Amino acid sequence: MIPDQLTHWLLGRFGVSSLPILPAIENPTTSELVAAGAALAVILGAIGGIAFITWLGAWRTLWRDWLTSTDHKRIGIMYVVLALVMMARGVLEGAVMRTQQAFGLNGGFLTPEHFSELFSTHGTIMIFFVAMPLIIGLANYIVPLQIGARDMSFPVMNQISLGLTATGAALVMISLLLGKFSTGGWTAYPPYTGYDFNPGPGPDYWIWSVALAGLGTTMSGINFAVTIFKERAPGMTLFRMPLFTWTVLCAAIIMVFALPPLTVATLMLAADRYLDFHFFTNDLGGNMMNYVNLFWLFGHPEVYLLVIPAYGVFSESIATFSGKRLYGYASLVYATMAIAVLSFTVWLHHFFTMGQSANVNIVFGIASMCIAVPTGVKIYDWMATIFRGRIRMTVPMIYALGFFYLFVIGGLTGVMLANPTISYQVHNTLFLVAHFHNVIIPGVVFGLLSGYHYWFPKAFGFRLHEGWGRLTALLWIFGFSFTFFPLYALGFMGMPRRSASYTDPAFEPLMLVAFFGAALIVSALGSIVIQLWVSVRERESLAVPLGDPWNGRTLEWATSSPPPHYNFAVLPQVEDRDDFADAKAKGRAYMEPDAYEDIVMPNNTSLGMIICVSSTLLGLALVFYIWWLAILATGVIAVAFIARTFVLSTTHVIPADVIAAEHRAWLAGVHAAGPITRDAETRSANHGLASLELPTLAGAER
Amino acid sequence: MKHPTLHPGLNLGPHHGEAHEDAETLAFGFWVFLMSDLIIFGLMFATYVTMANPMGLAGGPGPKDAYDLTSVFVQTMILLASSLTFGMASLAMRFERGRGPITFWLSVTLLLGLAFLSLEVRDFAHMIEIGAVPSRSGFLSAFWGLVPLHALHVAAGCLWIMIMMIQMRTFGMVPLVKTRILRLGLFWHFLDLIWIGIFTIVYLGALA
Repeated sequence: MIPDQLTHWLLGRFGVSSLPILPAIENPTTSELVAAGAALAVILGAIGGIAFITWLGAWRTLWRDWLTSTDHKRIGIMYVVLALVMMARGVLEGAVMRTQQAFGLNGGFLTPEHFSELFSTHGTIMIFFVAMPLIIGLANYIVPLQIGARDMSFPVMNQISLGLTATGAALVMISLLLGKFSTGGWTAYPPYTGYDFNPGPGPDYWIWSVALAGLGTTMSGINFAVTIFKERAPGMTLFRMPLFTWTVLCAAIIMVFALPPLTVATLMLAADRYLDFHFFTNDLGGNMMNYVNLFWLFGHPEVYLLVIPAYGVFSESIATFSGKRLYGYASLVYATMAIAVLSFTVWLHHFFTMGQSANVNIVFGIASMCIAVPTGVKIYDWMATIFRGRIRMTVPMIYALGFFYLFVIGGLTGVMLANPTISYQVHNTLFLVAHFHNVIIPGVVFGLLSGYHYWFPKAFGFRLHEGWGRLTALLWIFGFSFTFFPLYALGFMGMPRRSASYTDPAFEPLMLVAFFGAALIVSALGSIVIQLWVSVRERESLAVPLGDPWNGRTLEWATSSPPPHYNFAVLPQVEDRDDFADAKAKGRAYMEPDAYEDIVMPNNTSLGMIICVSSTLLGLALVFYIWWLAILATGVIAVAFIARTFVLSTTHVIPADVIAAEHRAWLAGVHAAGPITRDAETRSANHGLASLELPTLAGAER
Repeated sequence: MKHPTLHPGLNLGPHHGEAHEDAETLAFGFWVFLMSDLIIFGLMFATYVTMANPMGLAGGPGPKDAYDLTSVFVQTMILLASSLTFGMASLAMRFERGRGPITFWLSVTLLLGLAFLSLEVRDFAHMIEIGAVPSRSGFLSAFWGLVPLHALHVAAGCLWIMIMMIQMRTFGMVPLVKTRILRLGLFWHFLDLIWIGIFTIVYLGALA
């Protein structure tokens, strides 16, 4: 075998030219330098991370307590960490794009191809590797606590879901170092992403990162649905479930039914690219409209999958920080279910202009407008919850107010776009970009960031710094407004989306306003990092180990912060909706049980990590045509999976006396502490024990 | 004691104790997975139907050239019979007839599954011979996306049966083995159901 053949066999189509540093040396334009800088940032970030863990001496802890853990709380935290790291990249990419367009009159500093890569990775990352892992992470942590369960139904599958999501994120990050990511947008429409037009590794990176992460999300959906249906504590009927759990149930149902279309679409595209199939090609009977239908059959339910849990977070935090029972609980449940069902009936509004008859368009247009009805119900329910409540303007409430104002505007522009005649005018312009950022940032991002602030003390035993949190929230609210409201106007003025540069000087002033907004959003990102840093440093004075810093209403607050591995010493007996609020009012909270029992918990396993590493290698092998590695990685996954089925003892027992000791220690702390009123909520006197404050005003419900 | 029917489909029954109670969550979870898998097949069917027209055929071999209905009929009978034999295995497990009858019926099911696969592979080879390959047309891509996907599921089911026969010997009829055979049963009958769709839409549809 001659050396060339050997290299080809070993490395496939991977070559020195795949490294981004070379073009930057050969041709040092700004665009190439930005690409090389991003690659350098990934390398430095990885080295920094490794050095930090080594400095902490935490490799063993990392492996034993985190990476191999099947604890839903640990897995949830890892999901959130992954999402926040990816968010840093996604936000910075957005800022680079805003900078390019701000100075993009007749040029700018990025090549069109580089700009295309940026909007493709930005979209892919923000949807699949920021919003989804944040939701799944929060749900992982909170749902079992809210329903009074010890863990998810399938803890090992949970770990594998995380592994596959991390695989997808890793592939997107590696694409900065090796080869180039797709330029086909986050929707990757063929035939542009087909082999004839785009034979390079870019679309393959997109396919495998999304397909593998999508499989993980399908499994998460199955896991959440089964957990919520089967693991609820005694007395926790469906209509006693906290609203966040309801919204996660709806999201889980969407995951089970809407992720398969994504799997099908990506694998068909892969078959076209790798095996010369003709699903979506121009020639030989391919039909690219099938791709568009399949993709949006996933893509539309997906956006509701993102926003519905954010509604759930707002439902929890608004009720808590208003000191009231949620207004219109049943109507919120029905509205959520209605949105989840309707989300499957509107996918065609993403391509009104792609050739259907007017009658088909109008059916989907009306269905899309209908979604505004249940969403409106929700907004009124939340406002009625706040009405005459014991309101504290904490960080989640600031996010909630921003959400009310901004999300309603985003929703109304959605109703505009649901009208096919308007869609014909503004499709493919920045109006659309403004609309979907206007629902996703105030809806999903604000919801999840307020959830992060609200539940952080539960997960780590200390509150986040309130001042930096308020600054972050305000920076997000104003940053969003300055960035995206100008884009509505630019869309009406006719500026197409996804354009690296433009020739009409009329666009420039508004582009500069948007640039200013992007700077505010980058400051918000910095503020989040500073908030975390300050909070960790001041964790002594922010500590709330007793578990109930906000006078919470639902079961997750009825245990210590952070909760023990097994969540509850004895499973709670649920007697009411908002059971913990009811328990505190009736004096049945913080009681010592008559007897403690042994608890059976799942063992750690390295299966998730084996699958994560192997599937990352599998993805890389497929991207670069390294067939031996693809076969090897698939083999490892199959063998590891089958070998796991031969392990019969997968649980361990925590003895009753250990549990009794831990529980009594926590109860002793509770009885020794002084309860604090809501006025002292954000002071260091707050150790997580709330004094009883019953609603007194006539307007308060019940 | 919990209610004797804890999940859809054949229940082991309260006399199985722990295995019966574990099955409530495990079988339900598997049903949810099957729903998700059903969506995948549903979309493959939809793709096939949209491609089964002159535009999708692109002048390549069509259904009448490519399909051998006699062979497909035999495959259908074999797969339906295998569902019956798997049912016998499930009943033998439920009524605790011991490992012998369960192993026997699982072996028969496995043989029928392998027979089905070999006939199908023979048909695929014939299609390749006459040039009815996926690279020829959109229609053939849709066929090769749908029917071999089912075959892949049957192959996975066969592998699963073999693993369960090994685990029955190694571990005995412990709860985990019982609940796995229960779920394998759901999987196997599900494949039958999909095949009914393939037989009707792909093969009988070709006669129309």
